[in-house]
Amino acid sequence: MSEEYKDQLPLSIWEEAQKELKNNNLTKKQEKEFFDKLIETYKSSRITPGESIGVITAESFGEPGTQMTLNIFHFAGVAELNVTLGLPRLIEIFDARKEASTPSMEIYLDKEYNKDINAAKRIAALIKETKFWELAQEFSINIAKLQVEVTLNKKNMRDLRITDQMLLKTLSESMKDTTVRQNKDDTIVLKPSKENTELKELYKLKEKAKETFIKGISGVTQVLPIKQNNEFVILTAGSNLKEVFKLKEVDKSRSTSNDIFEVLKALGIEAARQAIINEALKVIREQGLDVDIRHILFIADLMTASGTVKGITRSGITSDKESVLARASFETPIRHIIDASLLGEEDELTSVIENVIVNQPVPLGTGLPGLIARIKKPEAK
Amino acid sequence: MAEISKKIDRITFGLLSPEDVKKLSYVKIVTPELYDKEGYPVDGGLMDTRMGVIDPGLTCRTCGEKLKECAGHFGYIDLARPIIHVKYVRVILDLLKSTCRECGRILLDDKEIAKHKTYLDGLDKRDVISRRRRTKLIKESLKNIRKCPHCKEKQYSVKIEKPTSFMENDKRLTPIDVKTRLDKIQNLDAELLGFNTEHAKPSSTIITLLFIPPVTMRPSITLESGERSEDDLTHKLGDIVRINQRLFENINAGAPEVIVEDLWDLLQYHITTYFDNTLTDVPPARHRSGQPLKTLTERIKSKEGRFRYNLAGKRVNFAARTVVSPDPEIEFNEVGIPKQVAMDLTVPERVTQWNIERLKKFVEKGPKTYPGSNYVLRPDGRKKKITDETKEQLLEELQPGYIVERHLMDGDIAIFNRQPSLHKMSIMGHRVRVIPGRSFRLNPAVCYPYNADFDGDEMNLHIPQTEEARAEAEVLMEVQTQLISPKHGLNVIGCMEDSVSGNYLLTREMNLSKEEAINLLMNIGVNDTSKFKKFKSQVTGREIFSILLPKDLNFITKNRDDEEVIIKDGELIQGTIDSDIIGEEGGTLIRKLHKDYGEDETLRILSIIFKLGIKALEINGFTTGINDTDLEEELVNRIKQVVNDTNKEVKNLIAKYHNNELDAMPSKTIEETLELMILQLLNKVRNKVGELIAENASPKNPTIIMANSGAKGNILNLAMMSALVGQQALRGRRIEKGYEGRTLSLFKKGELSPKSKGFIESAFKEGLDPTEFFFGAMTGRDSLMDTALRTPKSGYLYRRLANALQDLKIEYDYTVRDANKMIIQFKYGEDGIDVAKSEKGTINIKGLIREVTGK
Repeated sequence: MSEEYKDQLPLSIWEEAQKELKNNNLTKKQEKEFFDKLIETYKSSRITPGESIGVITAESFGEPGTQMTLNIFHFAGVAELNVTLGLPRLIEIFDARKEASTPSMEIYLDKEYNKDINAAKRIAALIKETKFWELAQEFSINIAKLQVEVTLNKKNMRDLRITDQMLLKTLSESMKDTTVRQNKDDTIVLKPSKENTELKELYKLKEKAKETFIKGISGVTQVLPIKQNNEFVILTAGSNLKEVFKLKEVDKSRSTSNDIFEVLKALGIEAARQAIINEALKVIREQGLDVDIRHILFIADLMTASGTVKGITRSGITSDKESVLARASFETPIRHIIDASLLGEEDELTSVIENVIVNQPVPLGTGLPGLIARIKKPEAK
Repeated sequence: MAEISKKIDRITFGLLSPEDVKKLSYVKIVTPELYDKEGYPVDGGLMDTRMGVIDPGLTCRTCGEKLKECAGHFGYIDLARPIIHVKYVRVILDLLKSTCRECGRILLDDKEIAKHKTYLDGLDKRDVISRRRRTKLIKESLKNIRKCPHCKEKQYSVKIEKPTSFMENDKRLTPIDVKTRLDKIQNLDAELLGFNTEHAKPSSTIITLLFIPPVTMRPSITLESGERSEDDLTHKLGDIVRINQRLFENINAGAPEVIVEDLWDLLQYHITTYFDNTLTDVPPARHRSGQPLKTLTERIKSKEGRFRYNLAGKRVNFAARTVVSPDPEIEFNEVGIPKQVAMDLTVPERVTQWNIERLKKFVEKGPKTYPGSNYVLRPDGRKKKITDETKEQLLEELQPGYIVERHLMDGDIAIFNRQPSLHKMSIMGHRVRVIPGRSFRLNPAVCYPYNADFDGDEMNLHIPQTEEARAEAEVLMEVQTQLISPKHGLNVIGCMEDSVSGNYLLTREMNLSKEEAINLLMNIGVNDTSKFKKFKSQVTGREIFSILLPKDLNFITKNRDDEEVIIKDGELIQGTIDSDIIGEEGGTLIRKLHKDYGEDETLRILSIIFKLGIKALEINGFTTGINDTDLEEELVNRIKQVVNDTNKEVKNLIAKYHNNELDAMPSKTIEETLELMILQLLNKVRNKVGELIAENASPKNPTIIMANSGAKGNILNLAMMSALVGQQALRGRRIEKGYEGRTLSLFKKGELSPKSKGFIESAFKEGLDPTEFFFGAMTGRDSLMDTALRTPKSGYLYRRLANALQDLKIEYDYTVRDANKMIIQFKYGEDGIDVAKSEKGTINIKGLIREVTGK
């Protein structure tokens, strides 16, 4: 029967009301009274047209910003992984910086795998970027034979599930002009194909070998399977969401990255918006601050409204402003004025700062409404 | 007070052509001389009175007005040779690269031209961004064209030689060459290259007539010695005129080309530095003292420049600033103003037939007696100062239509502000209360929204001067309208400190005799005797508290101890009042009152609750001293036990580490693992001790009362004073800086014990030993650094946010849009609810159901 009220309320409130009604048995009369009251309350809590909500949101972040810590390293749930938090992270999110300082992923697994620690470990090993040095105990140069000899770390290889054959194959594929073979004592020998190599080149070869990519997903430097709410989740340092989504064991509907551009690339703009919200919320919560979710939604919406992620910087949101004076009063005024002069740009004084500049009422709040009065012409005497 | 009669509709930017310059100018500057022998501005000089006047006695020869009325007029200098405008060097380069050196056409064939033209013509006039993007694209596409599609002439590459020379195949192009090329560019082609030829012609980027700003823009200062000191711009312009003249003379005299070119370059230098004296490749022009001149660019840019200093931030009259001090006796929405200030700040009141007698009294009292008045404004706009001489006459002529500027009086509205104005509660409206003394008075309860204290803070006060401004200040800004913060929907004004502990003690345990209770209530301004009738001979604190509440208030909430606080029909029947009920940011009761009884009533009730708390404390007295931190011996022993146990555990861990029995955590070294484990152990100690103290503390201990009621401090503070200070941490680790392998030289290398890495076993009361003190100082310094580095960072973030978001507003259809009317959100916050009008950001549906069902 309450359907008739549905149009008058926002969906979230209506749904919550439905849920609460189910839990409480109300008579029809009570239910009507309840909805009448609810609608009345909603109407009185609505935001007023003309409210300069942008400034309020800016203040809602600016004021707690002064209370945040600058210490960037905090532990995110688990002691082993470092994640930038606090003011630097908030700045990073709002700047929409392409390079996050500590990218990380939270990889959920499909049902078949998420109960078993060994399965989780196996998948984690698949994801982790492994370079040759991690599998080696020692790199040495054999001057007599002019070759590089590598003693393998069998334990690490077992942990990362790498067999000798696999290793030999990838090594010979990625090391050009080098013959790769394995001795009986489990050392791997790298010998340049060219005759009479200089010692310097051997050193180079050694360094190159160390950094050779063996397997995994590039960029993921650390993996950590942990138990979270009765299932195993893999946390990573380094992020490459697109590649991770190619693995069939990964639950693509829940896995995320804290790198907004990664999310944008892999999942699109709506997901990027959600990522901004989640990440900003994480910072605010972790610092024990209280900022209403609406302000975070607001900034996320603004940053993504154009279809791409734009930062709150002079090259991002501010550069899109139509008003020359608004742009000039922020940063680099001369450049904006010079550019404006060539195009004969017009400033129509539609936003705030321009009107402040020319001493006129600002089109916000009480400056918004205009009064149109129909005045009778005085009759001629 | 001038009414707004003109409204600026739009501002168009453009580039002045020589013809425009001539049209807009009133004077041609021909001589570098400024004044003649009498000190009078020379005709055709830079201070020519046709360009406006800066001396009070003179009149402008262009408009005939005096100093204040004449805003000044422009002039020009006819340059002997054209000069490149530094700020347009890049633009000129692009033009030279994109057009044919012979025929001046753009290096595109007709088909391409038509294609780009249709695109550009199709764009909205205001879509500057797409226009610019296209222009850039066109310029890019022209980069490698070596042959003009129109006249088939071969093209050469042009390069800039900084700052203002152009080289084509290592041959220098003089500004004359450049100008002839730019002159050849057709309007159509220029449009494709990003010019709006209606407002800017390509050739206007070369200066032939230099526009001279009015004298009023560069006033000279007369020093005490009577000597005149000219503005930096005048200096620079003087140089330009002088060199220009010499150049003219040399050209006319047929001087060798080398000399002419040298002078030409010199002129270019002067005009370049006239526009911008901070270019990297140009040595800055200097005063004789060696200090660089401040020319046009420096006037505009940066924080001290025109934009941010004068245009975006304006200075006002009718303002006052002084130190603030507390006064709990005035209301929350009042501000105490010293008489001295009240007599300087005035409120304009228009004389009508109804108030003329009242206003005449103010005029009669004059400016020297309070409450008087300082000025009378005649209807023709003339302002008359009230003095003993003018008083009689003004009184006589005063009639409706006049405006009297009377002194500030009780009940006037004022706007009060404390910097940094981080949120809107940093500027609120207060009622004036004129008081003796020399400082502003502020009720301590409103310190929180201002973030003020009284250790020397100063605050600003403004008196709105128009009826509209006063109405806005009252309706939108007064303290009671700001009770709930739009940041999180919590109250920013509530009880604090003594008032919280007072109400806590009162509702927890106090019992008063009837006389005492009535005395207490009368003391705080409750004088409705009918309310005292139900008092018996003994009155509980809860009964007293209940007197202040509205009779129909029904409310259930929880306090800090998770105890239910029940108010039924305006009676507090269960629970102790603490900061979660009436405090700042927590006060559930305050928000309930605000929702059900409105802001004015809430402020009234809150104000008496606040006073009740303070007066309640005064009955028994309340203090805190060093003996609050005394612990019983048994407790001391138990604390020692905890510390010793932890020390032992740490020792075991270290031993394990040395015996290689420790397993490393994934992706950590064994050393890191050990550190982590030790740190976790040590961090727990202080909390454990805190719990021990909390369990055993007497509820009579004032420090405990303050901590439990939420008035000030917490148990950990007490633990640090009485038991131990605990582990000091730097960046989330134990202290490790200092000497090689150790923190201080008195420890052994590689020592890992708690003591050697910043664990402080002493308490503040007993005192720290030197090493402990040093570790404490380290973390103290670190946190000072953190604050000092954070403030500018968060300030910049705030500035950027404010700048990006300032013109977003709620439209009448409840969408959120920016200044271009682009939609950002269809409904604010997805449900259109104002955080400041909601209950912590939501509508309390459960509460509504409870109300309906009456449960």
